Amino acid sequence: MTGELLTMTGIVKEFPGVRALDGVDLDVRAGEVHCLLGQNGAGKSTLIKVLSGSHHPDAGEIRWQGELVTLSTPTAAMKRGIATIYQELDLVDGLSVAENIFLGHERASAGFLHRGDENAEARRLLARLGHQNIPATREVGRLSAAGKQIVSMARALSHETKLLIMDEPSAVLAHDEVDNLFRVIRDLTASGVAIVYISHRLEEIRAIGDRVTVLKDGRTVATGLPARTTPTADVVSLMTGRSIEYAFPPRTVGPEDAAEAAPVLAVEHLTLSGAFSDVSFSVRAGEIVGIAGLVGAGRSEVLETVYGARRRTAGTVTVDGKALPAGNVTAAVRAGVGLAPEERKSQALLLGESVVRNVSLASLSRFSRGGWMNRRREHADTSRATESLHVRPEDPTRAARTLSGGNQQKVVLARWLLGGSRVLLLDEPTRGVDVGARSEIYALIRRLADEGLAVLLVSSEVPEVLGLSDRVLVMREGAMIHESAATALDEAHVLDMIMEGSAA
Amino acid sequence: MSDQVSEPVAPAQGLGADVTADEQARVERVGEEQAGSTSTRDAVRHNTVLASLTRNIGLVIVLLVLAVVGSLSSDNFLTSDNIRNILVSSSVIGVVTVGMTFVIIGGGIDLSVGALVALASVWATTVATQDYGPAVMVLCALLVGTGAGLVNGVLIAYGRLVPFIATLAMLVSARGLAAKMANNRTQIVESPSIKKIATTDVLGIPLLVVMLAVVVTAGWVLLNRTTFGRRTFAIGGNAEAARLAGIDVRRHTALLYVLSGLCCGIAAVMLIARTTTGSSTHGNLYELDAIAAVIIGGTLLSGGRGTIIGSFLGVLVFTTITNIFILNNLATEVQNIAKGLIIVAAVLLQGRTSREAAT
Repeated sequence: MTGELLTMTGIVKEFPGVRALDGVDLDVRAGEVHCLLGQNGAGKSTLIKVLSGSHHPDAGEIRWQGELVTLSTPTAAMKRGIATIYQELDLVDGLSVAENIFLGHERASAGFLHRGDENAEARRLLARLGHQNIPATREVGRLSAAGKQIVSMARALSHETKLLIMDEPSAVLAHDEVDNLFRVIRDLTASGVAIVYISHRLEEIRAIGDRVTVLKDGRTVATGLPARTTPTADVVSLMTGRSIEYAFPPRTVGPEDAAEAAPVLAVEHLTLSGAFSDVSFSVRAGEIVGIAGLVGAGRSEVLETVYGARRRTAGTVTVDGKALPAGNVTAAVRAGVGLAPEERKSQALLLGESVVRNVSLASLSRFSRGGWMNRRREHADTSRATESLHVRPEDPTRAARTLSGGNQQKVVLARWLLGGSRVLLLDEPTRGVDVGARSEIYALIRRLADEGLAVLLVSSEVPEVLGLSDRVLVMREGAMIHESAATALDEAHVLDMIMEGSAA
Repeated sequence: MSDQVSEPVAPAQGLGADVTADEQARVERVGEEQAGSTSTRDAVRHNTVLASLTRNIGLVIVLLVLAVVGSLSSDNFLTSDNIRNILVSSSVIGVVTVGMTFVIIGGGIDLSVGALVALASVWATTVATQDYGPAVMVLCALLVGTGAGLVNGVLIAYGRLVPFIATLAMLVSARGLAAKMANNRTQIVESPSIKKIATTDVLGIPLLVVMLAVVVTAGWVLLNRTTFGRRTFAIGGNAEAARLAGIDVRRHTALLYVLSGLCCGIAAVMLIARTTTGSSTHGNLYELDAIAAVIIGGTLLSGGRGTIIGSFLGVLVFTTITNIFILNNLATEVQNIAKGLIIVAAVLLQGRTSREAAT
């Protein structure tokens, strides 16, 4: 047990229908920056949640400073000295910096706050992080993302933290702010705090990390790799080469056929300031075009801007030769564009309403005359759409909330199928869909394309983009950096491009 | 006896030959809770009056209890005159409540309804307006209500004001404007045709009650049989999903407040006829009565779910309580305490059902 602060062995965590963690090992030493690498769905978030006490492992053991422990609640983890800084910073905007730092463990006697004490201690913690410039009494809502992150770290330190877990801390930061983050991390490790650092960006891991653990499909595939010297190719090949193979439907359109068809969706010099700029591409009828890139590269924003849910700052979007007005979803829908958004439950579904009402939502005028609903036809037509997409259970009067993720996605697809859409925009089409149901969704998407729809697809999972698409666009930091036929690319090549941009 | 009390419900339920899917969905969920989910229970069947009654069973029971209490405590309760009384005093607030139901299902709130009734009543009864005759007076009340509702709607939907704030501002300024127009005096109505609205019977039913029945029925149809109603549920249930499905959420939101304003205009005409006056103090606290009726009627304050029939039953409960207290010469203070308790009880009951819905 020489300096091993934390040892996790054989951690297993199952959720209904999916084994998120399938034997993960991780050991962390005091004072090191331990990097956790893995693709989306590899189990990083689940592992963090086990470590921070939010999830209970189904098997495996956790040793903390050599002693066998169970982390039953987040509070229990925090008492041992394990603190987590999540990607969505969990701060209360309306409270001051000091109030946030001491939220839940206020300095008080008999219920009366010692505000002076709290402010002084907050100032001391901020100074330790090198940020005396943040006033302890400032309202947190008025701080920048970087400032909030510092407050989160100060909060973690207010608990005598020995292990700090940081989930993609650089994702919310501008470039120069990352340097400052690294300086703070070095100060912390110098004082003996261990950091578990999660990031997709290899160059950061090289800059700040000591050792690397790689996860793939819920398993540890490599641990204790030296962060600075392991070749990129080795890391990438560890992350890929998956053991679960999805069945992708065969491509039916050859690249030559596709080139001849006229584009249904044409996007030129599309720009949304702050997100992406000068993006041009087109999608033809019967074609599936996939956009690969990291979260934050601007992929979803492209989709939402094409759809009009965000107002573009420059560029044009045309459907069947007709230009769409900026920032107008209603016009886009009328022109035959449909979106299956990333957050199905909050952005697409009326969870308490029946499947029928969810499917007909975008084409109500089709079932009405003078505003009067023809509910018999609505029921008949929506049922036909859900049947053709094999929505299970078959009863279309069930509430949408009772359906599985895959079937909810089919409901959204049925909505656009019924609406007679010409262009389908899919944002993370298999997010929240059981592994078993994915192949079915893939086959469905291909079938819709074969029926003449133009499909534009965004996914964080590179194999999904490569396996499903005819053509692939690669985005990094708001720019389109590559376009080619899907068959001309492999996973390692794409990962290389989106992570480091050193397109070989 | 309860048959008589709930008589005006009949036309609305008669139209409800089949019930909206969400009502059925709730019935279905309750069924799952109690009987476990068998496939026949899961299916949402086209049910009739039964489902509608089940949905509002709590209110129906409250009404029955009130009827028993009323008839035990006063011999005059179960007379046809008294039942007329209850229905007539439900008429004005009932019409306002229909508009409020739409606004709340659509995810908003309208605090200005009482003030709009007052403003419309004053504007329609100024000497100048009365000179043009009864038709113009009615038109004036409707236009004032609709116009003020449009201002609410535009401020909320396009000006991005919080509904609570926008309609609170309208409440204050509409009452102020009404008081200024009337010079703080009560304006007497001369037109016999207007007065007749409150004194005419149609087939033995007071015209005011018929008007209420027409508005409730129209509201029910609009909510359950048209695209407008469907979109109202969608926007209140998940505004983002509605927007991304191509629905013009802002326009629709504005229209909800216009509709509420129109209902206030109609209510103003009825109130002018009943009181034969226009006054800036008319419709005092209608906003609270209407919101309370909507809430105990089972509509979620957060939007997306609710029924016109429930709101209507809510109005009946409140007017029946008032009626019983008046018959027994009890103080209004006690009456208000009872109303408060009923609101709490109803919302607790509703909280339980919505938790069931969430599971």
